[in-house]
Amino acid sequence: MSVKQISIFLENKAGRLDEMTAVLSANNVNMRAVSLAETDGFGIVRIIVDDPYAATTVLKDAGYINKLTSVVIVEVPNSPGGLNRVLKVFTEAQINLEYIYALSAGKKPENAYMIFRVSDHKAAEAALSHAGIKVLTQEDIAEL
Amino acid sequence: MERYFQEDIECASPERIREIQNEKLVEQVKHVWENVPYYRKKMEEKGVTPDDIKSVDDLHKLPFLSKYDLRDAYPYGLLGTPLKDCVRIHSTSGTTGKRVVAFYTQGDLDLWSECCARAITAAGGSDEDVIQVSYGYGLFTGGLGLHDGAHKVGALTVPASSGNTERQIMFIRDLEATIICCTPSYAAYLAESMKEMGLTPDDIPLKAGIFGAEAWSEEMRKDIQKTLGIKAFDIYGLTELSGPGVAFECSAQNGMHINEDHFIAEIIDPDTEEVLPEGSQGELVFTAVDKKAFPMVRYRTRDICRLTREKCSCGRTFIRMAKPMGRTDDMLIIRGVNVFPSQIETVLLENGYQANYQIIVDRVNNTDTLDVHVEMTPEMFTDDINEINKRQADLVKGLLSMLGIKAKVTLVAPKSITRSEGKAVRVIDNRKI
Repeated sequence: MSVKQISIFLENKAGRLDEMTAVLSANNVNMRAVSLAETDGFGIVRIIVDDPYAATTVLKDAGYINKLTSVVIVEVPNSPGGLNRVLKVFTEAQINLEYIYALSAGKKPENAYMIFRVSDHKAAEAALSHAGIKVLTQEDIAEL
Repeated sequence: MERYFQEDIECASPERIREIQNEKLVEQVKHVWENVPYYRKKMEEKGVTPDDIKSVDDLHKLPFLSKYDLRDAYPYGLLGTPLKDCVRIHSTSGTTGKRVVAFYTQGDLDLWSECCARAITAAGGSDEDVIQVSYGYGLFTGGLGLHDGAHKVGALTVPASSGNTERQIMFIRDLEATIICCTPSYAAYLAESMKEMGLTPDDIPLKAGIFGAEAWSEEMRKDIQKTLGIKAFDIYGLTELSGPGVAFECSAQNGMHINEDHFIAEIIDPDTEEVLPEGSQGELVFTAVDKKAFPMVRYRTRDICRLTREKCSCGRTFIRMAKPMGRTDDMLIIRGVNVFPSQIETVLLENGYQANYQIIVDRVNNTDTLDVHVEMTPEMFTDDINEINKRQADLVKGLLSMLGIKAKVTLVAPKSITRSEGKAVRVIDNRKI
């Protein structure tokens, strides 16, 4: 059920993100979500795309080191308290979050989509489904 | 079963080797006295004549030659035979100053190829093998040196020269090359390229490699042996002394046997020029006892290493030299500490990185800074930024304990450090002193 996120190594230098996204653009890869974690010397760009396997091939051919990581993506109401409800589920299930970021809006404006990298993937999905929160699949991403 | 190219010489008793050296040295000193006015003048200044040199025991009486002499005497000042007797020249890249141009008579080339043939045989090569020579051909001694050596053992020689990596790999596979000769950094590059092409060591018929012309670490050897699925042999030489083959590794892979019937080795203290006892670390000095066109007597190599006469499991009796830590020219002095690039390479490989690195030295507010650029690899990359930071910190710690000084480590994009197909550029020193 998990969605694969692509993590890409980039040097922390002017123009590197531009070059990398140009590669995706040239190969017609649409990023549904993007987040950047950086240190002094390097950064990790994390992206969600419709077809992660095709995108990693494109990136590898262009010389970018990347890895696929499982993340949990949930649908939440695009209204106050929407995210909070999900976080409460994680707290109760004692699941730690490594990082979170958001997906660009889909076709349904009433919903928002949050991406979580969690300490225990299986437990997170079980707790979410128990609480009646929709967890997205890779196929769902393409439909958004 | 260890195989030898010339067993009677390679496994001769030390006494027999000493006799050969004594005889050839006396003759060589006469030769330079009579034919090389530059060296004769140095001898006269020291008050030595050929009559004072009766055996190897008298070697210490002779003056040294250094790269400064080679520069002063460029191009013909150290020539020992008429030009009409010379049949070839080779030259250094000139990266550490003025180019060295070395001359060879046919006899000099014959003894050089004999040295290379011994090295190839020690690496398991014979007339049954296909030997791909991927050192640069031309002025550089690597290409033609191993080429002539491969001919001498009767192997099918593929004169691939350097560069065009895809064609190299194609020849290795199609012609079923069993031995490759190139620089260690190029071997690592080939391994990397093969991996990218989806090839495993099983797809490659190579069984051995003879790698030299660069300082390389034991860890790099392990890495190359694993990624190419071969046994990697070290070979040592200098253009001044003919080229590769002055010393070579055997199946024991524990030091390089010096071809003592052609070269007499000494270890000296580089500062006092005093000869040090066997086993001491110091600068390697060579006397070529039978090279005629470019006869080097007590040539200071600037290479720092040790010699040992301990028995070798291969049966050869030639004295062995340890892998040089580096050339005194490669040595950096950073914050007063001696640093060799090979030490940094060792730490990188121990920590799981590859030998794709560059050392950048600078001076900020009168303090030297050491920045080591290391390429990220798919194996070392993870989505966890804390893990990457931890690995980076481990590297800094490893460098600190190896070098005794703190270095900054910068992780850079793959292939962003220039790959040379000949010698790797490891050091950029921006200090203006």
